[in-house]
Amino acid sequence: MAKLDSKIPEGPLAQKWTEHKAHIRVVSPANKRKLEIIVVGTGLGGASAAASLGELGYNVKIFCISDSPRRAHSIAAQGGINAAKNYQNDNDSVYRLFYDTIKGGDYRSREANVYRLAEVSNSIIDQCVAQGVPFARDYGGLLDNRSFGGAQVSRTFYARGQTGQQLLLGAYAALNRQIAKKSVTSYPRHEMVDLVMINGEAKGIIARNLVTGKLERFGAHAVVLATGGYGNTYFLSTNAMNCNGSAAWQCYKKGAFFANPCFAQIHPTCIPVHGDQQSKLTLMSESLRNDGRIWVPKKLEDVARLRKGEVKASQIAEEDRDYFLERRYPAFGNLVPRDVASRAAKERCDAGYGVNEQGLAVFLDFKTAIARLGKDVITARYGNLFQMYEKITAVNPYEEPMMIYPAIHYTMGGIWVDYNLQTTIPGLYAIGEANFSDHGGNRLGASALMQGLADGYFILPYTIGDYLAGKIQVPKTDINDPAFEEAEKAFEEKCDKVLNIKGNKSVDRFHKELGHLMWEYVGMARNEAGLKKAIEEIKALKAEFWKNVYVPGDKAEFNQELEKALRLADFFEIGELMARDALNRKESCGGHFREEMQTPEGETLRDDKNFAYVSAWEYKGENAEPELHKEDLKFEFVKLATRNYKD
Amino acid sequence: MDFKLKVWRQKDAKSKGHFETYEVKNISPDTSFLEMMDILNEQLIKEGIEAVALNKGCHEKKSGPVAFDHDCREGICGMCSLYINGRAHGPDDEITTCQLHMRKFKDGETITIEPWRSKGFPVVKDLVVDRGAFDKILQAGGFISVNTGAPQDANAIPIPKKAADESMDAAACVGCGACVATCKNGSAMLFVAARVSSLALLPQGKVEAAARVKSMIAKMDELGFGSCTNTRACEMECPKRVKISHIARLNREFLSAKLKD
Repeated sequence: MAKLDSKIPEGPLAQKWTEHKAHIRVVSPANKRKLEIIVVGTGLGGASAAASLGELGYNVKIFCISDSPRRAHSIAAQGGINAAKNYQNDNDSVYRLFYDTIKGGDYRSREANVYRLAEVSNSIIDQCVAQGVPFARDYGGLLDNRSFGGAQVSRTFYARGQTGQQLLLGAYAALNRQIAKKSVTSYPRHEMVDLVMINGEAKGIIARNLVTGKLERFGAHAVVLATGGYGNTYFLSTNAMNCNGSAAWQCYKKGAFFANPCFAQIHPTCIPVHGDQQSKLTLMSESLRNDGRIWVPKKLEDVARLRKGEVKASQIAEEDRDYFLERRYPAFGNLVPRDVASRAAKERCDAGYGVNEQGLAVFLDFKTAIARLGKDVITARYGNLFQMYEKITAVNPYEEPMMIYPAIHYTMGGIWVDYNLQTTIPGLYAIGEANFSDHGGNRLGASALMQGLADGYFILPYTIGDYLAGKIQVPKTDINDPAFEEAEKAFEEKCDKVLNIKGNKSVDRFHKELGHLMWEYVGMARNEAGLKKAIEEIKALKAEFWKNVYVPGDKAEFNQELEKALRLADFFEIGELMARDALNRKESCGGHFREEMQTPEGETLRDDKNFAYVSAWEYKGENAEPELHKEDLKFEFVKLATRNYKD
Repeated sequence: MDFKLKVWRQKDAKSKGHFETYEVKNISPDTSFLEMMDILNEQLIKEGIEAVALNKGCHEKKSGPVAFDHDCREGICGMCSLYINGRAHGPDDEITTCQLHMRKFKDGETITIEPWRSKGFPVVKDLVVDRGAFDKILQAGGFISVNTGAPQDANAIPIPKKAADESMDAAACVGCGACVATCKNGSAMLFVAARVSSLALLPQGKVEAAARVKSMIAKMDELGFGSCTNTRACEMECPKRVKISHIARLNREFLSAKLKD
């Protein structure tokens, strides 16, 4: 257990961060110039961290797999970013944001981390406005807010339906400024393929230049992982096509513990799957639930007529509609947290009320809002989302309700980090979605952007100084060290192995099969038998992959199939660990719903006595079972309670 | 639906490229254009597998799956490109290629697919181009010089809603490069204008406005992008409908900056 020291400072909740900052070490400007930091990933976490570290005077190298840092998937976040500004005078506060986040996460996150997140949230908004992020404003010129799931206040700041884009462009601009000043060097189209460790410390990475296929070595005094989540394990998700868990997975294999892998978020409002030729699911922002009402017909005969196309949704009478979220959760209505809304939609579809051909869709209807506010207001709020929906489905959502269904969206689990965001490997840090720390069993809407920027702008730049203060005498890492040689050789061998199989099945076919297994057994509802089956079937599929995959081309060239194959090889292992973690956690909480553990009303049933802990898995070798470590979650300031969104 | 695809193939930046023709069949009209490309690639991979099975080894000679850039597939990352039937992002308005659906084509149609063609965007492989020049232009001044720290409260400076909205209109640019690919002069003016205008409209961006516009324009010229002759083609093909009125603002900013010199 000594291995897991969360390093949560003593003292009252509201003082922890202030006190901690006051006592950690700092590095002088003269010494910062001598220190090198690698940041992998350029989303909100990576870009904001690299820019801030560059401003401080460190030598920073930043890596991304796309052609530009601006493509990172943070860009796709639509709805908004939370902060406890209380600009709406609706009695919001740091404590309320903290409490909502802890409760929304179903009491499986750390109090101290979440409080800090809420505490720095206000600075994020100030910072972004100073950078020129064009947040929505009211006619008096002040910032506007809206509401998101799991909150009864309006604390979400937004820039139309493109908030993630605007925040990322802000962080990317700050990054560009440092690149111009040469404090940050940017390596686009470079993929981290291994972590290099010397004497038990993170000392560099091996990156594959995706254009030439050549391996390149980079040394540093510390490495920051900002590589996002592993939602693409499911093949179909709202994640961008190139999102992957491989960089984090290599760190896991080098000794970084992986925490709460089974906590994956299923987002209730995605455009339903249309067929097996589909490669990607599209999210419809949660902000739509501010004004949209979710329903299915009350009568099965209406469902049958809808499916046959005999009747349009708009023709179904008001009294024949079942607004099931409003019915089940009167206090929060359509704005219950994502896990609750997803399960409620699944419950209706399982009962036969799904409204599309496949029976896997519910309606999100704006009729009431358009009648109340007028079409213009709705266009101003959601115009681009309505346009996006119409382009994809060829249905005009001003006239007919949208059809939506839950899909994999975000992973709360990730690399285990302590209060300083340091992993179990000294010198290796993980920020943003790549770590596990702030969202527990379920993330609230508009909190991912908040966390990425909190970690990158306001937390990591301080905490990493505490570690680097001890390294000011350490010379630059020698990239001719045998550790680099070994890591490079191991990766070359892996490439050769996968290229030489020349089997008869494509990478995508394997990935689709893995996705089916994950969605079926490690998806919205899980049970013991299913999870055991998933573990065996994933293992078998992985074994088949290594015998029968076909990857065309060569390793020393631009080869997208090879990139996909190597990422998929890790997804099998990530999927297996997710199933293993889900099997271990014999309770339902947040996005993790074990069918054996539910209330008579079908709500999640937590087991605080036995599972109020973070599960942190340690890699034990290729064919060995990973070892489970437990970090007990101590709740000193909030009382554990059953989540109630009814009254 | 069935299609004949004429696709640009180019091994790498140095090699000469050529068109190859493929056929895809039974494509659902609801399939997105990039999903259709996924289907084509699956087919090309299958051909490779069959070649190996027959021990011809000729899969190595064939060009294999088509390389193309894509990522978010929801029209926001700006990664996808493709010049389809002579139009950037294909035959529909206000979309990126990932938002284009096959229902926009006729059954049996021949579709020509090319990379962005512009001096500023050299081809990396097949349909993939290098848009690093855009990063360089933004590095030349597309930011507000503010360090992470403790700026004033976000509501300290009220910004008229109209200015904030207009700034947002310009900031919607996804950096895809359709404007450059469409422009007969290969000009990056719309891209540069979007950033310059978005920042110049806000009080916090005005401080450095003059230095910014000069520096970004100089970098754009240095990187080999052409001049703007107001054909408005860029505006028509911009997936986010960034308007050329932003170019007008850029010109004003540039002139007034130069006059102050």
